[in-house]
Amino acid sequence: MKNVVSARWAGLLTVAAMLSLAACAPGSENSDSDAPSPDADIRTDAAELGDLTLTVWDQEVRGGQNEQIEALNAAFQEAYPNITIDRVSQSFDDLATTLRLALTDNEAPDVVQANNGRNTMGAFVEADQLVPLNAYADAYGWADRYSPSVLQYSTYSEDGTVFGEGNLYGLPQVGEVVGVYYSKAKLAALGLEVPQTWTEFGAALESAKAAGEIPMQLGNIEAWPAGHLFGPLQAATVDPAEITMLGLGNAGASWETPENEEAAATLQGWVDAGYFNDGPNGTDYDAAWQALAAGNGVFLIGGSWLAADLEDAMGDDVGFFAPAAEAGGAIATTGGTGLPFAVTTASENPDAAAAYIDFLTSDEAMETIAKTGNLPVNRTAELAPADGVQSDVYGVFGAVTTDGSLLPYLDYATPTFGDTLGQSLQDLIAGEVTPAAFTAALEADYGEFTGSAG
Amino acid sequence: MASSPARPADPTVRPGAVSRPAPPARRRAVAPLRRRLTPYGFLLPGFLLYAAFMLVPIARAVQLSLYEWDGLTVGTYVGLDNFATVVTDPRLREAFVHALVLIFFYSVLPLLIGLLLAAVLNRGKVRGLPFFRTVIFLPQVVAMVVVAVAWRQIYAPDGSLNSGLRAIGLGSLARPWLGDYTFSLPAVGFVGTWVSMGLVTVLLLAGMSRIPVELFEAARLDGAGAVREFLAITLPAIRGEITVALTLTIIAALKTFDLVYVTTGGGPGTSTTVPSYEVYRRAFQLGEVGAAAAVGITLTIVIFGINLVVNKVGDRSTT
Repeated sequence: MKNVVSARWAGLLTVAAMLSLAACAPGSENSDSDAPSPDADIRTDAAELGDLTLTVWDQEVRGGQNEQIEALNAAFQEAYPNITIDRVSQSFDDLATTLRLALTDNEAPDVVQANNGRNTMGAFVEADQLVPLNAYADAYGWADRYSPSVLQYSTYSEDGTVFGEGNLYGLPQVGEVVGVYYSKAKLAALGLEVPQTWTEFGAALESAKAAGEIPMQLGNIEAWPAGHLFGPLQAATVDPAEITMLGLGNAGASWETPENEEAAATLQGWVDAGYFNDGPNGTDYDAAWQALAAGNGVFLIGGSWLAADLEDAMGDDVGFFAPAAEAGGAIATTGGTGLPFAVTTASENPDAAAAYIDFLTSDEAMETIAKTGNLPVNRTAELAPADGVQSDVYGVFGAVTTDGSLLPYLDYATPTFGDTLGQSLQDLIAGEVTPAAFTAALEADYGEFTGSAG
Repeated sequence: MASSPARPADPTVRPGAVSRPAPPARRRAVAPLRRRLTPYGFLLPGFLLYAAFMLVPIARAVQLSLYEWDGLTVGTYVGLDNFATVVTDPRLREAFVHALVLIFFYSVLPLLIGLLLAAVLNRGKVRGLPFFRTVIFLPQVVAMVVVAVAWRQIYAPDGSLNSGLRAIGLGSLARPWLGDYTFSLPAVGFVGTWVSMGLVTVLLLAGMSRIPVELFEAARLDGAGAVREFLAITLPAIRGEITVALTLTIIAALKTFDLVYVTTGGGPGTSTTVPSYEVYRRAFQLGEVGAAAAVGITLTIVIFGINLVVNKVGDRSTT
C-alpha cells in the first residue's frame, strides 16, 4: 500500500516537473528573430553575392506549375552559378499547415509562398516573419511591372492590421480570375448570344430552364465554391470599391446595405427558380465541373484554374466570360493572384532571395509561365493563345486588371470569414436564412473584426 | 539443474545457494531497497518513451490551453478564459452536442445491431461463420479516409443511394444527403454505425462463444425460448464484452475527425461540426492554438468521464 502511495507521488512530481520545465510562454523561444532593418543597404548584384544556398518552399506541384518553376529555377542557377536553389515543394494544403511552424523554426526557409489572406501573410507580417520588399521594389522597378490592383493583395501595413496598403511583402507569378464557363453548343441551341451583363445572364438562365436544361452547375459541399459564385454576382449591384473594402477586411464599409441584400436575394431567387442542379450543397466541387464537361448544364461559375481541365474534356465547346454590371461597363469580378513569393526575416541572404523573386516574375519568366499553360500575372493580353478557352481567360484577366476591377476573394476579410461566408452561403442556398439575415451574419463577422482592429 | 550434481562446472549453479536457509540479517537490510527499485528500472525505458510521446505533449497542451497564442508571436497568459469560451461559444457547444449524437450512431446502434447479429450467428450455428465474421469485420480494416470517400460518392445527389431509392419508386425520399440540414448528421453517423458494427459484432461473438452450452441446455429444459435464453444467459454473460465495445466505440465517436473532414467539412452550415474538427480548424486555420488546446483538453476530459461511467456500470456485475 505504501508503495502505491509513493508511486502516485512520484507520478505527480514527474508531471509537475514537466509542467515547470515547459512553463515559459509559448512562442517565447523564437521571439529573438532579428527584426528587419528597412534602412539597410540592399544589393541587386546577385552574381556578386558569393556562394550561397537559398531554401525555397513552394506549392507549385501541379502539372504546368511544376514545369514552369523547374524551368525558371534551372535558368536562375544558370544565370547565377554562385546561388544554389534548394527547393522544397508540397501541396497547397500541406504548405498552409506547416508554414507557421517552419517560419518560427531556427532553420527557416529563405523564400516561401505565403497565401495573401490575413490569417497567413497578415499573421506573418504582424509577427515580423516577412521582410518588407519596398526597397527592392524601387530598385527592380516592380511597380512598373505589376498592376496596382494586383500588388495590393500582397501589401500590408507594418503591423499587419491594414490589408492592401503599406509595405509590399511578396510577388505572385500567376493570376486567377473567376468567371462563367459555358457550353458553346448548348448556348447556340438555345438561340442565345454570350450574355454581356448580369441582367442578360439572368435571362439566359431562364431560357435554359424553360428549354429543360440544367441552367447552372454548382458543387458546394465544400462551402467555399459558392463564394466564387457570390463574389462576381455581388459586383452586379455593389460598387467595386465597397467590395474591395469588405473583401480586404478594412474598416469603412458595411455588409448590411440594400445592394448586398439584393445580390443575396438574386442568388436565392436563382435557387428557388430551379436554375441549379439538384442539391448544390450536397454536390462535390469537382463533380459540378465534370457534369458541365459531360454535357449536363449550360453555365458554371468558376475560376481560371478549371480552364485546362475543362478544355481537355470539352475541347472547343467550352468558352469563358465575365458579365458586366451594365451594358458596355467595365468588368469587375473576383480574382487574385497565385500565392506570392515572400522573403523571411530569418533568411541570411535577403538580397539573393529578392533577386530570385525578381527573376521568377520577370517579363521573360511570364513567357515561360504562359508556355506551360499557366495564366501569367503580367503581359497577359499579349501572351494570350490564339484560340480556345485559355484565350478567353487571358482576355478576361487582361481586361479586369487593366480597365476593370479585380475584386478580392471575400474570405480574405477576416481570419474567420471563410467559414462565416461558406456557412452563410450554404444557409442562403438551402433557404435556411433570408437575404437580410445572410448579410447580417456577414456584417457581424466583419464588424467584429474591423471594430477590434481599429 | 538440481538433479545433475555431476556437472558442477555449470557457472549458473552456485553450490549451496539453494540449501542456504535464510540470508543473513546484514544483507536483508540492503536487498529490499534494491528489490523495490529493480522493477522501476525495467519500466524506465518504456516510461521515458511514453513520457516523451504522451505525457509531455499532454502537459504541453494543458499549458497551451492557458494561453492565447497564434503559433507565431509570444503567447499571453489568459488563465481559464479559453475554457470559459468552450462553454459559452454556441458553435463549440453545438459541436459537442453533435459528438453526443454521434455516440448513438457509433455505439448504441451498432451495439443493438451487433447483439442481434451475434445472437443469430451464434445460436443458428450458421455454416461458414468465419466468412460472415470476416465480411462484417471488413469496414474496421479499411482506412477511415477511404471509407469516407466511398460514402461521399454513395450519398452524392446522383450517387448510388439516391439511384437505388429512385429505382424502387421511393424517389421522393432521395435528397442530397450530405447537403441536407436535417439528414447530414445522421448520414455521417450512419457511416460510423457501418464501421463500428463489425468490431462490436466480432467482440460479442467471441464473448458468446465462451458461454458453456450446458447453460443453454438447462434453460431449454426449463422451457425457455430464444428470447428468454438471450436475456437470462447471453446478455449477463457478455457484459464484459459490451463494456469493452462501448468504451472503444464511444472513444471513436467522440474523436471523429477524418470522417467529417472528408465528407462534409462540418457543413452544411454548422450542422456536422465536431470537437476534433474544431481543434483542427482553430489550430491550423484560424491560428488560435490556445483555444484549440482548450477544446482538445475538454474533449479528453469528456471522453474520460463518459467511459468512466460506462466502465463503472459495466464492472458492477462482475464483482
